[in-house]
Amino acid sequence: MKHHLILKVITKFMVGVIVLFGLYVQFHGDYSPGGGFQAGVIIAAAFILYGIVMGLENVQKVMPIWFAQKAAAVGVLLYALTGFFSIIFGFEFLNYHAISPEHPKHGQHYGIILVELGVGITVTFVMIAIYYSFAGRTPHLDDKEW
Amino acid sequence: MDSNFSFIYGHLPYWLFIILMLSGLFIVVSRGNLIKKIVGLNIFQTSVFMFYISIGKMKGGTAPILLDKSADDSAVIYSNPLPHVLILTAIVVGIATTALGLALIIKIREEYDTVEEDDIQKMDQKDLKKYNRNNVLETNS
Amino acid sequence: MALTLKHLFAVIMLSGAFSLVSAMLFVVMDAVDVAFTEAAVGAGVSTVLMLATMALTVRVQKETKRPIILPLVVVCLVGVLLIYGTLDMPNFGAFDSPAQLHLGSTYLSITYEDMGIPNVVTGILASYRGYDTLGETVVVLTAGLGVILLLSGLKGRKHKE
Repeated sequence: MKHHLILKVITKFMVGVIVLFGLYVQFHGDYSPGGGFQAGVIIAAAFILYGIVMGLENVQKVMPIWFAQKAAAVGVLLYALTGFFSIIFGFEFLNYHAISPEHPKHGQHYGIILVELGVGITVTFVMIAIYYSFAGRTPHLDDKEW
Repeated sequence: MDSNFSFIYGHLPYWLFIILMLSGLFIVVSRGNLIKKIVGLNIFQTSVFMFYISIGKMKGGTAPILLDKSADDSAVIYSNPLPHVLILTAIVVGIATTALGLALIIKIREEYDTVEEDDIQKMDQKDLKKYNRNNVLETNS
Repeated sequence: MALTLKHLFAVIMLSGAFSLVSAMLFVVMDAVDVAFTEAAVGAGVSTVLMLATMALTVRVQKETKRPIILPLVVVCLVGVLLIYGTLDMPNFGAFDSPAQLHLGSTYLSITYEDMGIPNVVTGILASYRGYDTLGETVVVLTAGLGVILLLSGLKGRKHKE
């Protein structure tokens, strides 16, 4: 991929736009189609695109393997902690009224944003980690298969 | 006669999804290449999703994103949001499990040097025969 | 097409196109959230992963002489049974089907009062069915861990030592 100048320039431009769109989908998910699952896949797709065009070493400078693998667990942790937060304040598990008891509607809204953020983080980094696992292996092929 | 026509017309989408699903199933059972099997499984999966979503569809309905929030907008028909929620999560879980299957294929290829099911079975049977023969020799001696 | 093609690259590309077309079908059936996910997942990430697998394994399918009669019979039998099962179902798009009457309409009417957000799908996903979504997230994480363990985890550790 050393000689693909046009691809490289376009990719540099597109990656930022894709991540921005992913963040929009993430945090606007309660007003328009979208949410954590979609946003996670979109943001991961930006990193995968960068990895395909620029090479695996370059994308791993931006997003190291260890970070992707550990951050995947952080999302589930955020989700579960939101649930346990409710238990601590005397509500049921994942009952978002606990976040602002005097105004349950706002509590629900904040809870949904937190939970979707957890889902988004997990999906993003799981997809990136899966991509790294697949791309990080060197193919050992016989000569006749090429 | 008219009711017959509306019955067929109303059930045709389900039948089309079932035919699509069967083509996926056919690929899974009749092809030996493991990557092709995964593709067939994906077709199978997607057609089940389509079937599920079609149950929630209402004639003349729109996407379940409320248009007018203050008034109770009974004039607008929304499709059933519940199947959408179930399928939304199922798609993402589906890609994660597909990735797991592909990883297993890579491991199989490293171990057996092939991704054709027939060859793998042949090699397995050869190994089994060898193992049995060795066992017989050991028990005899 | 996926049956007769020998080149896996073409098969994988066609499956990506199939995902994109099915995303359009989801839009037609009012499931915009689902269509969004299918377009991003099916046409994007899964195609990339399958291509990576193809690059790591083989590019061309081998000629095989598998019997075709038995799978055909099995598939036809399953198809007849499934179509027999749909005969009792309500018409496509009907208003009075059991699926429409109970839970779905309830969610539509109470979501805005409870949470103040217009996207009912997000409301159900994150709040009413929060347990489900927590479980699904854990499944995604577990599948990712499985892939990492199978393909890269142990290898990376050995290199460090």
